[in-house]
Amino acid sequence: MSDLDLGPDGGINEPLEPRLGHDSDLTPARGKRRRREWVQLLSDALHYRRTQIGLALFLFIVALAAVGPYFAPYSPSEFVTMPFAKPSSIAAFGGDNLGRDVLTRVLYGGRSVLILSIIATAIGMVLGVSLGLFAGYARAAVDDVVMRLLDVLLAFPQIVFVLLLVSVLGPRLWLIVLTVGLSHAPRIARVARGSTLEVKERDFVKAAESLGVSRSKIAFTEILPNITSPLLVEFGLRLTYSIGLIAALSFLGFGLQPPSADWGLMINENRIGLIIQPYSIFVPVALIAILTIGVNLATDGMARAMIGIERDTGAA
Amino acid sequence: MPPLAKIILRRLALGLLTLLLVSVLVFAATQALPGDTASAILGRSATPERVKAVRERLGLDRPATSQYFTWLGGIVRGDVGDSLVAEQPISQLLGGRVVNSAALVLVAALISIPLSILIGSLSGLLRDRWFDSATSLGSLALAALPEFVIGILLIMLLATQVVHVFPAVSRVNPNEPIWSQMNMLVLPALTLVLAVAPYIVRILRASMIEVLESEYVQMARLKGMPERIVLQRHALPNAVIPAIQVIALNLAWLAGGVVVVEYLFNYPGIGSGLIDAVANRDVPVIQAIVLLIASLYVGFNLIADILTILVSPRLRTGLQ
Amino acid sequence: MSRIILTVKDLEIALDPSGVEIDHEVNFELVEGEVLGLVGESASGKTTAATSLLNFQRRGARIAAGSITIDDRDVLALGASQLRQLRGGIISYVPQDPGSALNPALRIGLQLREILEVHGFGSSDDERRARIEEMMAEVLLPSTKEFLRRYPHQLSGGQQQRVVLAMAFSCRPKIIVLDEPTTGLDVTTQAHVLDTIRDLTRSHHAAAVYVTHDLAVVSSLADRIAVMYAGRLVEIGPSAELFAGASHPYTRRLLHAIPVLTGRRTLEGIPGFAPRPGRRPVGCAFAPRCAYTVEKCAAEMPPEALVDEMHRVRCWRHEEVRGQAPALAEEDAGTLESGGQEGLITVKGVTAWYGSKEILHDIDITLRARECLALVGESGSGKTTLARCIAGLHPFKIQGEIDFQGKALSRLARNRPRKTRHAIQYVFQNPYSSLNPRKTIAQILSQPLRIFFDYSNDQREERLAEVLDLVSLDETLLSRYPDQLSGGERQRVAIARALAAEPTVLVCDEVTSWLDVSVQASIVQLLVRLQNEIGLCMLFVTHNLALIRSIAYDVAVMSEGRIVEYGPTDEVLANPQDEYTRKLLADTPTIEAHSLQA
Repeated sequence: MSDLDLGPDGGINEPLEPRLGHDSDLTPARGKRRRREWVQLLSDALHYRRTQIGLALFLFIVALAAVGPYFAPYSPSEFVTMPFAKPSSIAAFGGDNLGRDVLTRVLYGGRSVLILSIIATAIGMVLGVSLGLFAGYARAAVDDVVMRLLDVLLAFPQIVFVLLLVSVLGPRLWLIVLTVGLSHAPRIARVARGSTLEVKERDFVKAAESLGVSRSKIAFTEILPNITSPLLVEFGLRLTYSIGLIAALSFLGFGLQPPSADWGLMINENRIGLIIQPYSIFVPVALIAILTIGVNLATDGMARAMIGIERDTGAA
Repeated sequence: MPPLAKIILRRLALGLLTLLLVSVLVFAATQALPGDTASAILGRSATPERVKAVRERLGLDRPATSQYFTWLGGIVRGDVGDSLVAEQPISQLLGGRVVNSAALVLVAALISIPLSILIGSLSGLLRDRWFDSATSLGSLALAALPEFVIGILLIMLLATQVVHVFPAVSRVNPNEPIWSQMNMLVLPALTLVLAVAPYIVRILRASMIEVLESEYVQMARLKGMPERIVLQRHALPNAVIPAIQVIALNLAWLAGGVVVVEYLFNYPGIGSGLIDAVANRDVPVIQAIVLLIASLYVGFNLIADILTILVSPRLRTGLQ
Repeated sequence: MSRIILTVKDLEIALDPSGVEIDHEVNFELVEGEVLGLVGESASGKTTAATSLLNFQRRGARIAAGSITIDDRDVLALGASQLRQLRGGIISYVPQDPGSALNPALRIGLQLREILEVHGFGSSDDERRARIEEMMAEVLLPSTKEFLRRYPHQLSGGQQQRVVLAMAFSCRPKIIVLDEPTTGLDVTTQAHVLDTIRDLTRSHHAAAVYVTHDLAVVSSLADRIAVMYAGRLVEIGPSAELFAGASHPYTRRLLHAIPVLTGRRTLEGIPGFAPRPGRRPVGCAFAPRCAYTVEKCAAEMPPEALVDEMHRVRCWRHEEVRGQAPALAEEDAGTLESGGQEGLITVKGVTAWYGSKEILHDIDITLRARECLALVGESGSGKTTLARCIAGLHPFKIQGEIDFQGKALSRLARNRPRKTRHAIQYVFQNPYSSLNPRKTIAQILSQPLRIFFDYSNDQREERLAEVLDLVSLDETLLSRYPDQLSGGERQRVAIARALAAEPTVLVCDEVTSWLDVSVQASIVQLLVRLQNEIGLCMLFVTHNLALIRSIAYDVAVMSEGRIVEYGPTDEVLANPQDEYTRKLLADTPTIEAHSLQA
């Protein structure tokens, strides 16, 4: 569901105070303020229960993926029991389609999804933010051309785009990561551009222009620090979609190839055994679900925090 | 020419331009890659004769631009070419699949759109009460899950020991029209509905809340208008307007969402067709399906834009 | 003696859910047919007090206690359907921003009609249509089918406000609550709307509560004035009495801060700032800023004291305060006369575009060294555009020449040599968006220092302290972020940033429009002082004609992209030659006329 750049949940929440007309001469809030906006955002977001839960879920999966292999009873390619054997003392979650230990394969299977997703999202962010910042701050004509070109990329649903590029070259991992990242870029660029357009109209940008500061310096030192909140939220969203995409690609057979241990691949391999031995599917499914829900919860918390910050800094 | 028509024509022209560039991209990604495309396509089954045959079929010896225009010319004329693998015209191969996918998407849309509008509006109205909290969390969870996970969870719930209601795998008879095999449609459609609904619910909720807090709704209340009229006349219409774009975008998403869902349920549509084609490196089929999906995408976006203009009085009348 | 139709008793309004108090112990009454001006600056609680008259609060605030009685019925105790009958039927509301108060998706005819239908006005559609026609005629708007079929965005701001007024009066309510209804309107439109309000209240025998921060606007309209400060009503009484002899120190200071059109006056702001909800002291909230304060003031909140029957005040020392010289005493501070200095910036035949539209036509003005030129006009007159052209901030086409010290300037600041860039500095209108919220004050002020000068770290720190001192700000602000500063402080920082570049020319673009009257006065004071001390050449752009008396030597009046009058301030204001200038002068609300009557 990655093609809908809806951003955060409209963020409609309790206003902190009713608008009391001009704020022009209220005793200012001399409270504590963090220097960098993203640090402020993260610390505010952590006040929400959902962020805490989301983060906890995410960290749980990260821990599982990172140290899981050290706790695995067998090796992921070892045959330990009958195909689709029920859970027993040999195999805690039973056997998979070839008789390998489901628990072991699950413990090994998280790394690929996590690492690939994070890298793909990072690639997308770097490309997307640069493009969006550039287009947003450039002249209208340049902006137009860039956005039209991006529209071409946006005409492809993300999975279709990846499949297209992978169809002839084959499912190499680096290609998958690159194309997933590329598919994110135009969507992120749209968000970055939108925020840039709004910020560049503010007078402090004009003030810097009047001082003669170069455009690229303004883009990075005046504009970028003021759009980090929406970008951070966007990162969270994109990460959720990356995980979904990469797991789906493995599920479709175009990601990690057998005999690798990968959650998406496992789900596909064990589909036929659904009725006999549901654990072989259910465990990887549950883990993917926990991961994506966790990331999304935390992202939603950040989105709410962002609304609060925007209000304080008087995004006029 | 009335300004409205001018705007529509302009958008249409832009859409066509986009599609043209899309076709270039599709072509370049599959046929104009550096290196030996024919060998790449055949992979391990590349023998000199086969490579020669593929080269001839696809015209790979000619310069790329001429290849492209031949291909494009064919499409414009309605001739999508022949499948590399099945030795059949693609139109024959895909015709039934297109109908099946269309049916699936239609059913999904017909269910998800009204349902989501209702739930979303209610959530906004009953803000922060239990209904709203429940739907918010539900939407969050569903929006996070990849579609195939939703599908599998549905299968586990509805098609196995728990509740054996629907078939887990579609055994759709390709020789019979889809209408007579509706129960094959249910699970895939439901999966799509659950994948799409959270987004529509969310935008409606946000829109409703914003409208309910707007100055003009407060003003209506301060004029002494009964709450029922405030909601019906002032709030609801203005809440739905911004949602129209999102709804159209969702329909557009469905065009791509079918890929994974059809594969999961073995449903014979263009999504599973694409997967097969990619697995077989059937380049002409890949090109045809991707182009089709992209066109639907661009088309729905266009409709979304135009609808938004038509529906908003400010945009409609403020055209100068 | 007219009868009292509305009584507010012990009104308390608080934030919801925190319970922090916004309005406290507010008491006032409304006499039949009178206009009561409810005056206050930011955070005074005037708007929340006004909307409570319809038993309405925005999300986030609630009416905590008190009673509001209209005709022996307590508004705050009414049931839902009775409340609906009250709203629009007996007491109506005119909001601040008519553009957002009208439903953008409904035609105005329908919005006018529905209030009549809901209150059962008239027994047939024809009667209602006749009433609409009647109302539209009273607000000087057409009632043709074509006009009524328009959507709100197809009307101008003034027209929108008049539609809202028509709606408010249509059911013949007894009381109208107007919430700053002329904010954002041009002076001329504002004058029209004020006239309309006056006529409507008279012809309908309706009483009105007029909420505003602008005493000048309400002085000619209001029979009585109530002044609010920090959520309390500090003084209420007949307008004439208040202007002639205010009994509360805040009211006096407020009157001192208002610019006048006759004779130059030094404007005086009020040092300090108003306490926001939650930070209000136990005693009198104004005590920290008051010249008359004694120990008792900080310890205990003064009760309402009677000056006479309809005049009450909350001040321990009100008799002494009243005994002082009249609040609006003229000070003969002389006039500002041009000393015939050399022209520093000459604008010759400048025409400017915005996109493809020509918005400035053939402008010729001269800014003289060490003197201040005021650029006056309404919105759309092109004054900001001209200021931006001079500062090098106008991104579109410009024809003609702008010279600085005899040499032609490049269109964009970026393309100008460093020496010129630092010599001409610009202060923006909105202090809330002219400072980067992600930078500390020190970083913001250091930017021009780094660009234009080669200071060592120590020198830079010294210079920062100097520049802050020039604008009377404390060094401790250096480590703070803009959102931790008040509006007035922010604007001072913006001025300091300009001063840090050591300019010869300072362009001030409506630098006080976003500030309260008392803060506005102190900023103008500051600018006058800076001019005298540093000898800056200044371009002072404003829409407020009265403001220029205190600061400008010469004035150029602009309208629709042209300069319609240009000359020494005193002359232009005393003997305006151009029709537009005369109209502008006539329409600018002032207090003088009123105080002369007293």
